Amino acid sequence: MTIAEMMLDGNAIGGLLREIFVAEMTDARGTCAYCGAVNPVGRLQVYVHAPGTVVRCPACEQVVMRIVRGGGRYWLDFSGTRTLELRET
Amino acid sequence: MGVISPAPLRWQQAELVELMRETPRVSTLSFNVMNWPGHLAGQHVDVRLTAEDGYEAERSYSIASPPEQRSVALTIERLDDGEVSPYLVGELKIGDKIELRGPIGGYFVWRAGDDRPLLLVAGGSGVVPLMAMLRHRATVSHKSPARLLLSSRTFDDIIYREELDRLVAANDGLSVFSTLTREKPSGWKGYTRRIDAEMVRDVAWPKAQTPAVFVCGPTPFVESAANLLVGFGYDPLWVKTERFGATGTPGG
Repeated sequence: MTIAEMMLDGNAIGGLLREIFVAEMTDARGTCAYCGAVNPVGRLQVYVHAPGTVVRCPACEQVVMRIVRGGGRYWLDFSGTRTLELRET
Repeated sequence: MGVISPAPLRWQQAELVELMRETPRVSTLSFNVMNWPGHLAGQHVDVRLTAEDGYEAERSYSIASPPEQRSVALTIERLDDGEVSPYLVGELKIGDKIELRGPIGGYFVWRAGDDRPLLLVAGGSGVVPLMAMLRHRATVSHKSPARLLLSSRTFDDIIYREELDRLVAANDGLSVFSTLTREKPSGWKGYTRRIDAEMVRDVAWPKAQTPAVFVCGPTPFVESAANLLVGFGYDPLWVKTERFGATGTPGG
């Protein structure tokens, strides 16, 4: 089984993101800080087999989000996401 | 019904009320969930199992039932080396309870009011969220035309085979194209190979019709189907994908 075959997409972290954000996030639109590509979160590349969750841009494959949960806390690194646009709830 | 709820997502108890075998490896489990807010076709739930020692395993499963149905049906493939699916498919009995949360998802969803021709492409149990869409479509009077391309290993592995035949027989604009990748039964009229460019040319709506497209299945299948559809001329943004990973469902 290769890393490429283990890739999921943003749909797979819809539940995790709803633990953190109030809104449904898979149709939120993120802008990649590296290449400027705009994609709904559902289209992003997701890897969940690391200790945390790693999310990459489908256009340039740079890391746009890192999410680690443990010991009752979350650590979020969204430095690869320039903007997130989401529906008002 | 059918709203994307802004309420906090909470784990809740779900009671198994119906169990139906679909194929030798796949069963549909219907749950009663108190205060279920309703869902959209294409959404999923997270299921959490907790062992006696506190060890937790979480998996995502697509909802198979349409928004019009009260209970939450999950069609689950049993993966022999999985942590969760062998318990759900094989050990869980009517009246047993599990924890789930949902509905989840706002990207990979389809509403019957969408007038665009619908193209659904599934590998194996990737057909589950697409079946919710077809069941949803079957309940409305004004239907957009729809095509499903379903890739299965063998004839016996075709999930929802008889129900799909009935939906097609209703003659309401749905066509189903089936391919088998590991078997060529005698008398079989469908394809017998992996999805390829020629199959996509046969099945896909012309790009001028700007179809709504949903592709779901194991990651290698989704990658290959999505690339073929873009190669056929579709805008990548039309092609909504949901990947299950290397096996049937993430981690089993």
